[in-house]
Amino acid sequence: MNLIDLTIAQLHEGFKKKQFTSAEVTKAYLDEIKKTDGEIGAYLNITEKLALEQAEKADKIISSSKNFPMLTGVPFCVKDAILVEGEKATAGSKMLENYVAPYDATVIRKLKELGGVILGKTNMDCFGFGSSTENSAFKVTKNPHDTSRVAGGSSGGSAAGVAAKESCWALAEDTGGSIRQPASFCGVVGLKPTYGTVSRYGVYAYASSLDQIGPMGRTVEDVVTVFKAISGKDPMDATSVDYEFKEVNVAMKGLKIGVPKEYFAKGINPEVETIIKQAIKKAEEAGATIVEITLPATEYALACYYIIAPCEASTNLARFDGIKYALSEPGDNLLDVYLKTRAAGFNAEAKRRIIIGTHALSSGYYDAYYKKAQEVRQLVREDFQNAFEKVDVIFAPVSPFPAFKIGEKTDDPLAMYLADIYTISLNLAGIPGISLPAGKIGKLPVGLQIIGNHFEDNKILAVAEHMEKLLQ
Amino acid sequence: MISKEEVLHIAKLARLELTEAETKKMQKDLTAVLDYFDILKKAPKVGAKKLNGDGKNVLRKDVAIQKPASLANNLVQAAPDKKDNYIKVKAIL
Repeated sequence: MNLIDLTIAQLHEGFKKKQFTSAEVTKAYLDEIKKTDGEIGAYLNITEKLALEQAEKADKIISSSKNFPMLTGVPFCVKDAILVEGEKATAGSKMLENYVAPYDATVIRKLKELGGVILGKTNMDCFGFGSSTENSAFKVTKNPHDTSRVAGGSSGGSAAGVAAKESCWALAEDTGGSIRQPASFCGVVGLKPTYGTVSRYGVYAYASSLDQIGPMGRTVEDVVTVFKAISGKDPMDATSVDYEFKEVNVAMKGLKIGVPKEYFAKGINPEVETIIKQAIKKAEEAGATIVEITLPATEYALACYYIIAPCEASTNLARFDGIKYALSEPGDNLLDVYLKTRAAGFNAEAKRRIIIGTHALSSGYYDAYYKKAQEVRQLVREDFQNAFEKVDVIFAPVSPFPAFKIGEKTDDPLAMYLADIYTISLNLAGIPGISLPAGKIGKLPVGLQIIGNHFEDNKILAVAEHMEKLLQ
Repeated sequence: MISKEEVLHIAKLARLELTEAETKKMQKDLTAVLDYFDILKKAPKVGAKKLNGDGKNVLRKDVAIQKPASLANNLVQAAPDKKDNYIKVKAIL
C-alpha cells in the first residue's frame, strides 16, 4: 500500500485501525514532494517543520480517542493567497515575496482545530491574475499529465499538487474559475462553493464580490468532507452566511439537467465537446431528463467580469503601498515610495488589471463601464434564476479547451481570458459549481462542470458522486 | 488607440510608475480590452430598481473585538520600516 495513493476517507480508516500514523503519511508526502516537485513546481514553500509538528499532535489525538474528525492527521496544501500564521504568504507576487502572515485565515484556524497537517503553500498566478499560473513571480507550475503544458490557474499549484500526489487534498480560491479550471486541466475534483458559505477572512482580496475559497481533492467524497469542515458563518467576514452542509439524496432518475446551448455555440474544442456530451448521455441513460436551456447574457459575461474584477482588484491592491507590507522601494517622498514600490512589486498582468480597473472607475467612464457591468451582472443572475425554475442542475464544460502549451497564450491577454468563459458567470451570480474529471484527450484531462442554484452545493455534490461512478 | 497621455493619467491615479516600454504596451493592451468591452453596448438595459433590489447591508455592533497582543506585534513586524512598536512612514506634509 502506498500511503500517498489514499483518499481522506481511506486515511481516516487507516488511522482508526492503527495501520499507519499521520507522521508516516506526512513523511511519505514530504518525500514525494522532494522527489517530484522540482519538475512539477506546485509548491512555493514547503512547511516541513509545521507539518511534522502537526502530524505529531494529530497522532496524539488519534491514539487517545476513538472518534476523531475526518481531517485529523490528513496532509494538505494551501494556495499561497491564504494566510497561515508564521509562514510566508506571497500570493505569487514579488510584492509579498518576504511577507510573513500575521494570523491564520478562518479556514486555516478551523483546519488546525481539526488536526489537519499543512504540507506547504502552493504556486499561483500573482494575486490570482491569470488562468495558467504563468503569471507567478516565481515559477511556472507544470501539468503533471504533460509537463510541457500549464496546470491552469490561478490555483495551478494546488491542482498540480493533488494530481501529482504531492498532497492528499488542497485549499484553493476561485474568483472567475481559479479552482474549477485548474482542477479540469489537472484531472482532480474542484468545488467553488456558493458565495458566502466559506469565510474569506485571511485570503488576499482580489475581487471581494467574486472571491470564494473552496477545496480540491481526488474524489467528490473528499471534497464534501473538506467543504463541511470549512463552511459556516464567520464574524470576521460580513459576507459569510449562516450555512450548514446537509447531505441530500438525489436520484439520477427524474433529475432535470439543463444544458445551456450558448456553451456549445462556438469556440469550444470539438474533443472537449464530445467528452461533455458523452457525460450528458450517461446521465440520460441513468434516468435523468436533459433539457436545453438558454443563458442569453452569456455573450456579455466575459466583458462584464473583466470590468468588475479589475475594478475591485484596483481598489483592493491599493493597500500595497510600500508601508504596511513586505516590499518597499526607497523614494524621495511618500508618493515616490508608492510609485516605485508598486512599479517593482506588481508584474505586467497585475499592472494591466490595475490600469483597466482604474480606467473603468475613473471620472467620465464609470457609467459606461462599471455601472453597465453591474447591470449585465444582474442579467447573468436572472438567466440562472430562470434556468433553475426549469431544471435541478446544469451540466457544462469547465473550459473550452484542455491544458494548453506553456507560453502559448502569454502574449495575448484576451485569448487567455477566454479560458474562463464557462466559469466566470457562476462567480457573477454567486452560485456553486464543481469540476469533475469526465474524460481525457490523449493524456489531457477534461472536466465536466456541474452547476447548482444558491446554497444547493449539497445537491451538485450528490449529483457529482453519481456522475463519478457513471464516468469510471 | 488610447493615447500615451491617457495611460499616464490613469497610471498616476493608480499610483503606478510605468516605463516607456510598459506605457506603449499598455496603450495597445488597454485599447484591445476596451474595444472588447464595446459588446456591452448591445446588452439590454436594466432598471435601477431591479439593479439595487437584492442584497442588504450587514453591520456589526461598534465594539472592540478582543485579539491577542501578539497579533498587533505580528502586523507591525510585517511592515518594512518600523521603530519600536510603530510603523514608520515618510513625512506626509
